[in-house]
Amino acid sequence: MPETVADLVEDGVLPLMQANGLVFETGGGRLVDGLSFHIAEGRRTVVMGPNGAGKSLTLRLLHGLVQPTAGDVLWRGRPLDAAARANQAMVFQRPVLLRRSVLANMRFALAAAGVPRRDRSARALEALSQARLETLAHRPARVLSGGEQQRLAIARALGCRPQLLFLDEPTASLDPAATKAVEDLILTASDEGITVVMVTHDTGQARRLGQDLIFLHAGRVAETGLAAERLNQPHSPQLAAWLAGRLWLDGSDNTAHEASAR
Amino acid sequence: MGDFWQILGESFRLIWAGDGDLMAIILLSLRVTLTAVFLSCLIGLPLGAAVGAFRFPGRALVNVVLNALMGLPPVVVGLVVYLMLSASGPLGPLQWLYTPTAMIIAQTVLVTPIVAALTRQVIEDLNTEYAEQFASMGVGPIARVYALLWDGRFSLLTVALAGFGRAVAEVGAVLIVGGNINHVTRVMTTTIALETSRGNLQLALALGVVLLVIALVVNAIVMALRASAVRSAYA
Repeated sequence: MPETVADLVEDGVLPLMQANGLVFETGGGRLVDGLSFHIAEGRRTVVMGPNGAGKSLTLRLLHGLVQPTAGDVLWRGRPLDAAARANQAMVFQRPVLLRRSVLANMRFALAAAGVPRRDRSARALEALSQARLETLAHRPARVLSGGEQQRLAIARALGCRPQLLFLDEPTASLDPAATKAVEDLILTASDEGITVVMVTHDTGQARRLGQDLIFLHAGRVAETGLAAERLNQPHSPQLAAWLAGRLWLDGSDNTAHEASAR
Repeated sequence: MGDFWQILGESFRLIWAGDGDLMAIILLSLRVTLTAVFLSCLIGLPLGAAVGAFRFPGRALVNVVLNALMGLPPVVVGLVVYLMLSASGPLGPLQWLYTPTAMIIAQTVLVTPIVAALTRQVIEDLNTEYAEQFASMGVGPIARVYALLWDGRFSLLTVALAGFGRAVAEVGAVLIVGGNINHVTRVMTTTIALETSRGNLQLALALGVVLLVIALVVNAIVMALRASAVRSAYA
């Protein structure tokens, strides 16, 4: 049985990332409220939860795109700074592709990552072939199919050789075949030692890809643990409700927090 | 109305004959306007892109000023440039008044705010789409502006076209600072105004026809470029 992140931390192994009491407020609303969790290096963490739970915001906080109102984000035990962020890459729910060719999209990202000009084409083609997109290298990026666009966005992120890859519902609007291709690409990256943190709505995908689970509800961590265990034996009523396909309504929130705090 | 068709016929004969005076006027018009549009893009594209891509104090004010300057009356621009270049003005020693250079300056002043304001809108829309991805990639500020300008290239072509349309059709500013001197600063619009008042309607109408054709051709080229860009989703 693999150890949980908490066990590893108790054993003195430093997690790759830590969120300590993250709070984010805007316009009087508190969108995330005291998030604390660890991300273990080299593992695949899935972040789940209903709409508005704060999943995408959590990813943005971890990636430094959004600054928390309170609390901090640590990378290898130190505050997240520009140098640490350069080791992270993120793929957004809707792939943001430049109005250029597939290859030019790759080269742009590599240039931003500081890869010398002479190495860019080789690195780009290598990442494209891993995503099985090398035959499309000279096509305009924005005429690719949805699945190809998402694979390009992932290839573009991986080409910069990040230590950690964030994915925000990468297969949200894809058919099963395209989903399979994207999941294979994520697993390949994971096999190469890249830490993966992904938001998903799809319990099946969480079972297929997830090693660690963070389940959010209404801006708080409702449950964390090994994905395989928790998805079969949820401790929190929120996750249990989610897995059973029941709606956990806002009116029940107070009891929910009491239950998860036990 | 018989007169109109007769005059139109004669004006076409003038164009067809390639009348020397006519050609000189057309070429000077194009030289002045294209140079002014080029200079306006040189200034207006980076300026508009910077305002569109960055948040800074006073940005709203810059926006208001740029948008207001879009509607500058050409005669007012002409007057101000005239004062600058006149013998007693700060740029008087350059002796540029009543030269094509003065006309280029006036049209550049007229067109730059148009290019800058429209560029700002294009770049701001594009930046909304790209900002998070660029932040994630760690793209620096210079690279960001450059990338936004490049990815907006087909929309910006239309921006330059708007500037060209304004400059090529404008008469007030070039008349004041150029003086409409024969063989020196006489361009299509000033000639049309002059020849009409002198009753030389054939030449005036011939130039009017040429002006329309130029506008049509330039628009058609830009539309064709944009259409091909849309097909590859670059626009």
